[in-house]
Amino acid sequence: MSTEKKTKTIKSIKIDIEKCNGCRACEVICSAFHAMPKYSSNNPARSRIRVTREPIRDVYVPVYAGDYVVAECAGRDKYIIDGKEYDECTFCRASCPSRDLFKEPDSGLPLKCDMCEGEDEPLCVKWCRVDALTYEEREEEIGEEEVSVDEAETGLEALVNKHGIDKVADIIAQISKAKQ
Amino acid sequence: MRYAETGINLEIDLTRGSIEKVATDPRDTELYLGGLGTNTKIMWDRVPPETEPFSPDNLLIFGTGLLCGTPATGCNRTIVSTISPQTELMAFSMMGGFWAPELKYAGYDKVILSGKSPELVYLWIHDDKVEIRDAAHLKGKGAVETAELLKQELNDSQVQVAAIGMAGESRVFYASIEQGRSSASRGGIGAVMGDKGVKAIVVRGTKDVNVAEPAEYIGLCGEVLDYIKHRETNPIPGVMPILAGLGSPQEMKVHDEKWHTENFMWGNSRERKRDYWNEEIEKEWTETLENARTRLVSCFNCPMECGATISMPGLPTYMMKCFTKLTYTMGAFSNLDFGLRIAQKATEYGVDGFSCPQVMAFALELLENGILKDEDFPGMPEDNEGRFFYLLDMIVRREGIGDLLANGTYWAAKEIGNGAEAYAHNNIKKTEQLPLKLSMLNPVYFLMYATGEKMNITQIEGQFPQAPFATKEEREAFVSDWIQVPDEKFKQILLDWEFRGENSNPYYPTVEMSCDIVDWQETMHYIDDALGQCAGLSSFPLKPPYHIHNYPKFISAGAGIEMDQAKLTQAAKRYRTLVRAVNISRGMRRKDEKPPANHWKKRFPELEEELLDAYYKLKGWNNDGIPTTESLHELGLDYVSDAFIERGILTDGEDTSGNEAVATENL
Ligand code: SF4
Ligand code: SF4
Ligand code: SF4
Ligand code: SF4
Repeated sequence: MSTEKKTKTIKSIKIDIEKCNGCRACEVICSAFHAMPKYSSNNPARSRIRVTREPIRDVYVPVYAGDYVVAECAGRDKYIIDGKEYDECTFCRASCPSRDLFKEPDSGLPLKCDMCEGEDEPLCVKWCRVDALTYEEREEEIGEEEVSVDEAETGLEALVNKHGIDKVADIIAQISKAKQ
Repeated sequence: MRYAETGINLEIDLTRGSIEKVATDPRDTELYLGGLGTNTKIMWDRVPPETEPFSPDNLLIFGTGLLCGTPATGCNRTIVSTISPQTELMAFSMMGGFWAPELKYAGYDKVILSGKSPELVYLWIHDDKVEIRDAAHLKGKGAVETAELLKQELNDSQVQVAAIGMAGESRVFYASIEQGRSSASRGGIGAVMGDKGVKAIVVRGTKDVNVAEPAEYIGLCGEVLDYIKHRETNPIPGVMPILAGLGSPQEMKVHDEKWHTENFMWGNSRERKRDYWNEEIEKEWTETLENARTRLVSCFNCPMECGATISMPGLPTYMMKCFTKLTYTMGAFSNLDFGLRIAQKATEYGVDGFSCPQVMAFALELLENGILKDEDFPGMPEDNEGRFFYLLDMIVRREGIGDLLANGTYWAAKEIGNGAEAYAHNNIKKTEQLPLKLSMLNPVYFLMYATGEKMNITQIEGQFPQAPFATKEEREAFVSDWIQVPDEKFKQILLDWEFRGENSNPYYPTVEMSCDIVDWQETMHYIDDALGQCAGLSSFPLKPPYHIHNYPKFISAGAGIEMDQAKLTQAAKRYRTLVRAVNISRGMRRKDEKPPANHWKKRFPELEEELLDAYYKLKGWNNDGIPTTESLHELGLDYVSDAFIERGILTDGEDTSGNEAVATENL
């Protein structure tokens, strides 16, 4: 085998919670972008970024939807930052049974940030006019031994386990109909 | 499918405790758009002119704007309409924040409250689930405090809460409805909410709001965001800082308060302090604000950050925006530290930040001048600041003299008598106005003050510069990219407008020009109030991102209603006329349309009559300010003329009856 190095693009969004003003424009555009057809509806509950916003305690935390988890954590910690107390869940990206965050409101199917596939720049970043969200791309080397996991497949399997094959098939049918 | 709107109103009869979801008629949306427009139609249809503000028959309508809940930046207004206890006319105060979009996402365009609950309750609207719940434990709690308690009680930090404080519960005539960083303050709508026995309305929604033409709509939203950016990098030169940019006046950001403190009046709108501002004060006030201000905050889907979280040492945190920063400070001849402290209490109590400080200053003037006596103020502290805190407490509890003062300067003066009326000197239509006293009559402002039915100049003015530019070059530069004008003629008016000489106030802009300018400004505000758009990105500032040329496109692509400039202007005129019709039925006439006698030193009675005559004519109203049969017919409001004829307000085929008498009375 060759010793050529492979790289992959790491996309990251930097979140500066000091700059966040709680406007939820990021939620608005994310949910509109992911509507089917695109931009046909708006509903922050479907957004893949949600802002925990408690103005009186000055808590503003935009969080991106990450992976679906089957069970909630057993113990939960608290963070104290600058004298403000945050629940661990506040920073957590999981679509988790403990909360209704990052789940489709009707079906309960998990939502996950896809970095706005197909767009030049994540739209939440574009719509955050105060630069609380900024976007960065960097190339990172990956080792030979890195195993490629078929993420889509394991993801689907988890969904089928949780929601049953019919419901998942139904959603896929809806998606492909909308994409045609 | 309904676009932009949900097509469902929530009807809650508090007497019976019934909750109904009622589908609305899409034809009403075409004619009256939404928000204020459809609110007014409901008020006209269902609240007869004899209805007292505190009658169970009065309605309290929380209407979302037509485009709220879509991605249109800054479109987040709730328009609250009812019969005001203060003016006895229709009040329609607006609040920004997060409540209106949340209600849309819950699946409703409006919440319409009727009747009265025997016990204090709150409403919990969570998508399809709507409940009337006991609020006994919230009695006497502050508005901000109530919101926090309800979030805990419902175990949900994402709910949006509109609540009243003690002032609303005590039916103070200038009680507000508070909602996070925003409030609907004018006209005492909080008192009506209190009278209905509703402490708060809590909303959480997780449904879709649809738009008719997704690609077009998102394109329009993108253009607005780009234009906001353009305006941020290109502030308007030659005007004072708060007029140069967009948004509500950026009072939470600026430290230089020379303009407000030296041009606005202190006390009971009495004293101008021309040389007030200096380095020492600037330093002190800057420190006060910077120490208190934790963060600048925006309303839903808006980058402008017009509000701030304020934490004064030793006091609970609250949020503030705009001119309340200075109204208490100046009303009490005090400093910013005092202003921010008392505003914390006032926000919890839920009172209008324009009226309340003036009422308190008025009470102390009456005391100084012997019209009220020391006995009227038992236990009042000696120090000035202490007195204001004392008065505020008395007012919101309606205790002792507070019971009178809670009705505002107009009604209090009437009841106190003994010459007190002369001290209620800053009212239009029984409502305390911005504390401004100026020299030369300004014809445009004269018309706005006189004929406005929103009782607040900031809700009528905007778009057209407040003063001429000094040089020809400045004027030319200003008009060169003035895309917002509905007609090119406005550019010429501005180009020819001078500080002195023939082309200056009060005779220039001419009567005709003044009418056109006011009509444009008012129309834009009325459009905002139907669409739910914040005036701070539209009708209020110079060169805003929303205007008469892109609004029709927003409505077509958003709500799926075919729209153009003419049709939109006509729709705005329709519900604007309907607002007037409601008020005319309740007895409002030309005699009520006057700015305070001392607003300008130099007055021109003949010119003022001429201005009113011409403006009424342009609006399609007769000489007494009553919409004519003919103009009502043109607007498809025949049902209004029928009612007017039936009630003897208009006579069949004769629009100008009885006007001579009134007109002469005015001269
Ligand atoms: S758009 Fe930016 S400022 Fe607004 S809530 Fe999202 S992260 Fe915060
Ligand atoms: S949200 Fe995250 S932190 Fe909280 S229980 Fe679920 S997985 Fe654990
Ligand atoms: S990057 Fe795109 S998908 Fe991810 S949260 Fe932002 S808008 Fe949504
Ligand atoms: S401009 Fe200011 S007041 Fe208006 S919606 Fe935006 S943040 Fe709110």
